[in-house]
Amino acid sequence: MCFFGGFAAEKNTPLFFLRPPEAASKRTSYFEHVPNSNKMKKELKYIGKAARKLDGKERVTGQAVYGHDIELPGMLHATILRTKYPCAEILSIDTSKAMALEGVECIITANDIDVNNISYKRDHPILKKGTVNCERDEIAAVAARTKEIADKAVQLIEVKYKVKQGIFDPFEALLESAPRINEFGKGQEQFGNKNIAEAFHYEHGDLETEKAKSKVIIKRRYTLPRVTHTCMATSNITAEYSNLNGRLTLWSSTQVPFLYQRDVAHALKMDPSKIRIIQPVIGGGFGSKLDMLPFEPICALLAMKSGKPVQLLYSREEEFIASPTRQAMVIDLTTGASENGKFTFREVDIITDNGAYTSWGATTPFVMMQTFSSLYQIPACKFVSRAVYTNNPFAGSFRGYGNPQATFSLERNIDVMAEELGMDKAEIRLLNANYKGEVTGQGLHYKSCGAAPALETVIEKSQYHKKARAPKKGRYRRGIGLASMLHVGGGAKIYRSDGCGTTLKLDDYGYLTIITGSNEIGQGSETVLAMIAMEELGIERDKIKVINSDTDVKPWDVGVHASRTSFVAGNSMLGAIKLLKEKLTKKASELLDVAACDFVYENGMMRFNEKEIKIDKVVREMHFTPPHELCEVNYFYEPPSQFQDKQFKGDVSASYAFASQAIEVEVDTATGVVHVLDAYVSQDVGRVLNPIGLQGQIEGGLATGIGYALTEEMIYEQGYLKNPNFHGYKLLTTTDMPGVHFYPIESGDEEGPYGAKGASEAPLIPTAAAIANAVANAIGVQFFSLPVTAEKVLLALKEKQKTILVH
Amino acid sequence: MNNLIEIKFRLNGKETKVKVKPALLLIDMLRDELKLKGTKPGCLEGECGACTVIIDGDAINSCMYLAINADGKEVTTIEGLGSQDNPLELVQEKMLEHGAVQCGFCSSGVIMTIKAFSDKMKASGKTPTREELKKSLEGNLCRCTGYVKIIDAAEAVYDDQPS
Ligand code: FES
Ligand code: FES
Repeated sequence: MCFFGGFAAEKNTPLFFLRPPEAASKRTSYFEHVPNSNKMKKELKYIGKAARKLDGKERVTGQAVYGHDIELPGMLHATILRTKYPCAEILSIDTSKAMALEGVECIITANDIDVNNISYKRDHPILKKGTVNCERDEIAAVAARTKEIADKAVQLIEVKYKVKQGIFDPFEALLESAPRINEFGKGQEQFGNKNIAEAFHYEHGDLETEKAKSKVIIKRRYTLPRVTHTCMATSNITAEYSNLNGRLTLWSSTQVPFLYQRDVAHALKMDPSKIRIIQPVIGGGFGSKLDMLPFEPICALLAMKSGKPVQLLYSREEEFIASPTRQAMVIDLTTGASENGKFTFREVDIITDNGAYTSWGATTPFVMMQTFSSLYQIPACKFVSRAVYTNNPFAGSFRGYGNPQATFSLERNIDVMAEELGMDKAEIRLLNANYKGEVTGQGLHYKSCGAAPALETVIEKSQYHKKARAPKKGRYRRGIGLASMLHVGGGAKIYRSDGCGTTLKLDDYGYLTIITGSNEIGQGSETVLAMIAMEELGIERDKIKVINSDTDVKPWDVGVHASRTSFVAGNSMLGAIKLLKEKLTKKASELLDVAACDFVYENGMMRFNEKEIKIDKVVREMHFTPPHELCEVNYFYEPPSQFQDKQFKGDVSASYAFASQAIEVEVDTATGVVHVLDAYVSQDVGRVLNPIGLQGQIEGGLATGIGYALTEEMIYEQGYLKNPNFHGYKLLTTTDMPGVHFYPIESGDEEGPYGAKGASEAPLIPTAAAIANAVANAIGVQFFSLPVTAEKVLLALKEKQKTILVH
Repeated sequence: MNNLIEIKFRLNGKETKVKVKPALLLIDMLRDELKLKGTKPGCLEGECGACTVIIDGDAINSCMYLAINADGKEVTTIEGLGSQDNPLELVQEKMLEHGAVQCGFCSSGVIMTIKAFSDKMKASGKTPTREELKKSLEGNLCRCTGYVKIIDAAEAVYDDQPS
């Protein structure tokens, strides 16, 4: 779902800061490495037709086993003691009373463990000693016979603190006079300020010349709130350790099991291969499970110390307080346009609130800069960002990975620009839209590009112009807004490999087992892989099994992020099928006494002209007659994307996704409530693989985007979260959803499986911008911060009234 | 403290006797004591609906309901739907057909809510409007689907109803 930075083994430097030894290897397109080369023209039987979720029955009968449902014999239950104050010194920790409680088996504090710091900056201790830096901080953990006992024991741990004044505003943290917040941070050495956790600098083109050419220059500040994933299943982990062989098994809901295995190993000073990651069914990810967080090695340590399996489940309140968030940030954006509306330059300066520790979330500017540099044609762009330590909880990665924030500022800015120029808001976007074949200033190469078609589609389908120009009168005022987005659609080369392995086993009875490196986190990847097998091998759905949840079994994959799974795992699957077909072809040709040729695979048969044979018979012959082989293959697909250079230039993804939304709202000027009526969504998905799955991703993403626009916000006071529950943190419900009108654009990506590209992050990225633009259209008030709550709308309407009266 | 109270109720069609602590929540009795793990703990604060079960025809949040109050009642959980020969009931079929399930953590609760509502509607010979269906599902949070397909599934349950 999201990006992350990779590690160089020796240094704590994300790989994208290093120039790769050699850039992308030779490009091979899907059509070259898959047999039937005119795939796009071939009539497809399954791809593109609605398919039910392969693993759906378990989920509708309550039989799917999530982390919360695991029970191991003798299992203990764990609770974490978190700090009472967001900024303090720890003077002492006394666990004696807790230890004396009947049923307590094990307690750990920082003094009891030998571990490494976590996070890619290595600035995050698993358990804290000396100082605590945010409300989330873990001080001790208890494993006990029941959860109730563990909860009680935690209350009995006595911690003495010396409370300090925290810093909760990143701008304050940047001041010379501010204390150093994270003692492991290397800001002074790396970025010239002790409280800078990460910084990015990108530019292309000649900024000054472009500024001089500009007729209009718009400068605004955009303020984005902290929001959180609220996966319906709270964070969970179950750990078991065998002291016989030093092996650790973790039932974990990570999205990136192989990177996680490596991270846990580093934290616990173990060999990665001694750690087995098993993924139970995952109750929502959305990027929250990209980072390994302290509770995970903590649970492992409790299992290792107690000698018993240990389970740790977050309460909902804990989930709000202690799981990652989207970055809160302030974006100063200056943009220019010439007289005829051509964009000239963009200058972007971003301060993100990193919180007390660094997570992959600190690398979101890597994605954000692409939006500024490459969503539209832009001759010059300068982008700087700084992630600043504060005593707030640390942010993580969240579906969209910085892009909802970037897109909000950019697409709001375009509306303001259009007004200033007296131009039509649709026209200015179309005028500057990118096209197929474009290599952007940042080096992104658009081998397929549905940017303009997506825009044109929503403009037309929503009747944008008619609605935008309709008179705005009365208590309920309607408005419509446009916004577009760009996101990677073919993985992202950030880690040293962005690949995915597939093993296929076709057995003596004609059943196919797909062992894939990719993960199912509810997004429907198993279903797509099965559809590909049905299409290519003619095997019926009931004869397909997918195994994808055990690092001891499955081949390597980088994980669910960057909207990459259908693209990368799909291509890996196609590559494996090609190898499997080579085996089958050889044997079947022999058996049917025909020259090795292209067989048609249908209904469990292989056919060539008039001759046909059952696929399982071919497998049995392969198995039981000399030279005795199994019908099994392995394939690893590495997308042909490039590392970007130190200047962040390069074709980082194998494909790019484009989308536009036109959203119609109704504002109640008496209450300030914004009601979203209809959302017109058009997205370049390359090719639709499973329409029902795709539509679900669109609607789900849109709902999260609407929440971001209107209702969701984590409210902090002095480092404490004030609304850690669904009562105070408002998710959308059934009655809040608008009509959703979805128009996929099939641009047919040459590298994508059947032409498909990644789709799942895009639908939430332009939503908040389109809604704020629609609100501006409805009531003439420009919002530059989110969420656009009823209170803010009312206040703004009052202000507006005042100015009208004054003038 | 450890006073156990015996309660008798029908659970998924079977007479059931359990000894419970007075403060035990229904969700904990179902999941921890009876090992019926299909009922999901999404918040344990009555806000998300993941724990929805049906008691005497009404959909209730089992995290807000004391187990002892089930005494003498008819309790249906997700495990009580369908049968050995016919494992999926209409609601479950419609959920799959309409793609209303992604991660599935909300699905048990959603299904029980739809089931309770549609049983009532059908008993009174009514077909609800889409707006009424949305209202009936307002207490079930879902972070994955955006609800559209859930509402479609809920609506499709009435497909064969004379309107
Ligand atoms: S778990 Fe009962 S309402 Fe959320
Ligand atoms: S399907 Fe994931 S919460 Fe509803």
